[in-house]
Amino acid sequence: MSTAVADVGTHDHHGPENGFRRWLFATNHKDIGTMYLLFSLIMLFVGGTMAMVIRSELLAPGLQFVNPDFFNQMTTMHALVMIFGAIMPAFVGLANWMVPLMIGAPDMALPRMNNLSFWILPFAFTILLSTLFMPGGAPAGGWTMYPPLVLQTGDAFPFLIFSIHLMGLSSIMGAINIIVTIINMRAPDMSLLKMPMFVWSWLITAYLLIAVMPVLAGAVTMLLTDQFFGTSFFLAAGGGDPVMYQHIFWFFGHPEVYIMILPAFGIVSEIIPTFARKPLFGHDSMVYAISAIAFLSFIVWAHHMFTVGMPLTGQLFFMFATMLIAVPTGVKIFNWTATMWRGAMSFETPMLFALAFLFLFSIGGFSGVMTAIVPADIQYQDSYFVVAHFHYVLVPGALFAILGAVYYWMPKWTGRMYNEKLGQIHFWLTAIFVNVTFFPMHFLGLAGMPRRIPDYATQFTDWNFVASIGAFGFGLSQLLFVYIVISCMRGRGEAATAEVWDHPKGLEWTVPSPAPFHTFEEPPARIPAAHTFT
Amino acid sequence: MIRRLSLCVTGLLGATASHADWAINMPRGVSELSAETYDLHMMVFNWCVGIAIVVFGAMIFTIVRHRKSRGVAPARFSHSMSAEVTWTIIPIIILLIMAVPAAETMIKIEDSREPDLTVVVTGYQWKWHYTYQGEDVSFYSTLARSSSEARHKGSGIDPASVENYLLDVDKPLVVPKGAKVRILLTSNDVIHSWWVPDLSIKKDAIPGFMNETWFQAEQTGVFRGQCAELCGMDHAYMPVVVEVVEPDEFEAWMDSEQEPAAAAITGGAR
Repeated sequence: MSTAVADVGTHDHHGPENGFRRWLFATNHKDIGTMYLLFSLIMLFVGGTMAMVIRSELLAPGLQFVNPDFFNQMTTMHALVMIFGAIMPAFVGLANWMVPLMIGAPDMALPRMNNLSFWILPFAFTILLSTLFMPGGAPAGGWTMYPPLVLQTGDAFPFLIFSIHLMGLSSIMGAINIIVTIINMRAPDMSLLKMPMFVWSWLITAYLLIAVMPVLAGAVTMLLTDQFFGTSFFLAAGGGDPVMYQHIFWFFGHPEVYIMILPAFGIVSEIIPTFARKPLFGHDSMVYAISAIAFLSFIVWAHHMFTVGMPLTGQLFFMFATMLIAVPTGVKIFNWTATMWRGAMSFETPMLFALAFLFLFSIGGFSGVMTAIVPADIQYQDSYFVVAHFHYVLVPGALFAILGAVYYWMPKWTGRMYNEKLGQIHFWLTAIFVNVTFFPMHFLGLAGMPRRIPDYATQFTDWNFVASIGAFGFGLSQLLFVYIVISCMRGRGEAATAEVWDHPKGLEWTVPSPAPFHTFEEPPARIPAAHTFT
Repeated sequence: MIRRLSLCVTGLLGATASHADWAINMPRGVSELSAETYDLHMMVFNWCVGIAIVVFGAMIFTIVRHRKSRGVAPARFSHSMSAEVTWTIIPIIILLIMAVPAAETMIKIEDSREPDLTVVVTGYQWKWHYTYQGEDVSFYSTLARSSSEARHKGSGIDPASVENYLLDVDKPLVVPKGAKVRILLTSNDVIHSWWVPDLSIKKDAIPGFMNETWFQAEQTGVFRGQCAELCGMDHAYMPVVVEVVEPDEFEAWMDSEQEPAAAAITGGAR
């Protein structure tokens, strides 16, 4: 069970260090959380700039701005930066800030490893982004790095592999830290089923990370040895199989996308009950649903490979297993709706993002069910229909949950309320533009437009134009978010109370706002009834 | 900079003027299987729309009705076993209803027995190669000159003025209407993918391996698709064009394709 932290009385109190040492040598979960979040915000803009290059080129048929090879570098790097630099670190930053607070622990179990997990990332991304300036340019074979194409990468190749290894190390160490913290450092009367959903979602996500990041490491190491050390894992001429790479990659890749959405589910489960002023409906089944989704995520990977020439039995199995994931996911959507049902809702910015998640992630879920149907997927695969699907689940899915979480918890972090009016404007601009950008991509895919192309046949002009305008609007709107966050961090805005919102549940709301540098140095002996989850 | 901007604007104006093609759906295609695929697609889509109406309807209703500003205290319930069971079982049933016809179509797609014609398709960076098995006919199929001139950055040629821009080749694959055509697919270098939407056919071309698929076109016409697996710099510039003709036209075409080869052999030997 949970172990109370001992020897607190002998701790001599000093505040955080001064200057760069505070950050370079940080071991405090709040500081490390802040660094992860700021890093991910910067990466969001780096990846976003690449998206602007892509959408500028795709604004009209013909090549106006970039060459095809550079365009492929942009699509490849956009994905790598967004997945490994923006979404994943943002969720880790939220975990760092909130998990110890939510379970009544003074910090993460392994604070120095926590520091290393963070600082690996700027180093890894410096390496990855520097490939843009190397001869041959950045990797251009897609973030999925399929061989043999990826083996045609120039000087950037070993740097790509090395940076992926570093990012994987960061994730694995972070995941270990989270599991050890949650299992060992919960408040005495917080049994597992009494934990908040965000903590549950991260416990399960951490197990997924430990299970699959090493698989990615294996896959890219085999790419490295095929390139430099004469192996033939993926080269048919030497007896290998390019499709084996795809199996290994997607065995990582499918759980990876659940790694990017489960914490989002946890966040939505925190926000909606607070603003509906009603307990989360079906707390235990929400836990079982997340567990079922995590389990199923291991047995569906080949649905990314329906056109490689898979035997019929394999296609049938992967189709059925993939369709099955819709069941626990649907349960979650219904439970969130039931939480809202006959509640007393108010619509502050965090709630707006959570509600947009419900609608728009569901649209991504629908296109997911469509792509599960193999004969139809034969038409959708590698077309813009798939691009629409995954952007719906990642942008109004994962990203909206992150934005909502920042608005929800920022008053706790900074002690200041963000500007609600501006937050609402940011929300509406973002929500409208995200649909203008990505909804037309469904049409483009169905009309026959392949993905990863810098130029297209003229019948695809109209929707591409709309999507590009949407993308520019979406990108610009995020500048407003930066302004809101920086204002809040600089102390502008009303002082926030400890509770911030209207009687929210959770131990994080029992500490002052801003949360002191050290919290829960003694574990809470009894959790107040108002903050207990079932 | 000004030149780029004006090209872009011209391209935009030209494009929107010549192509008001706001297509929103997949083609039904010209084979029995493409029609079945389309029907499956519409079936799943309709289920999704139906479920969306119900679920989003409930969400919108609750957002409008169950607001704090209406002054009613929130309810306290947070469990209902019967609700949970219902909304677990019903989706499972719906999925089963979708899975059965999908599986039936998949079985048909995999049945490539007794073809009338076999073509070996090889992907190259960045063109296709076609060989009619058992005949002496084989050739490369490359992006048409009109497209390849226009496609370069700063070419000065408006894509809207090029017929079938990026979807045209110098020499298409020709097949007879009504014949079951088996496609054997491989690659010379990296993974490509052979996709023709109107024939609902897409299969990866993998170096060192032979994939197999088939189609049977029930209508004549020219059907255009593109490479569907990122294969490097010119991935966007290696279209797939299949011309389906009447059987006698096909015979005539096959003969004409063989003759120059035969003449070249005798000519060379003289």
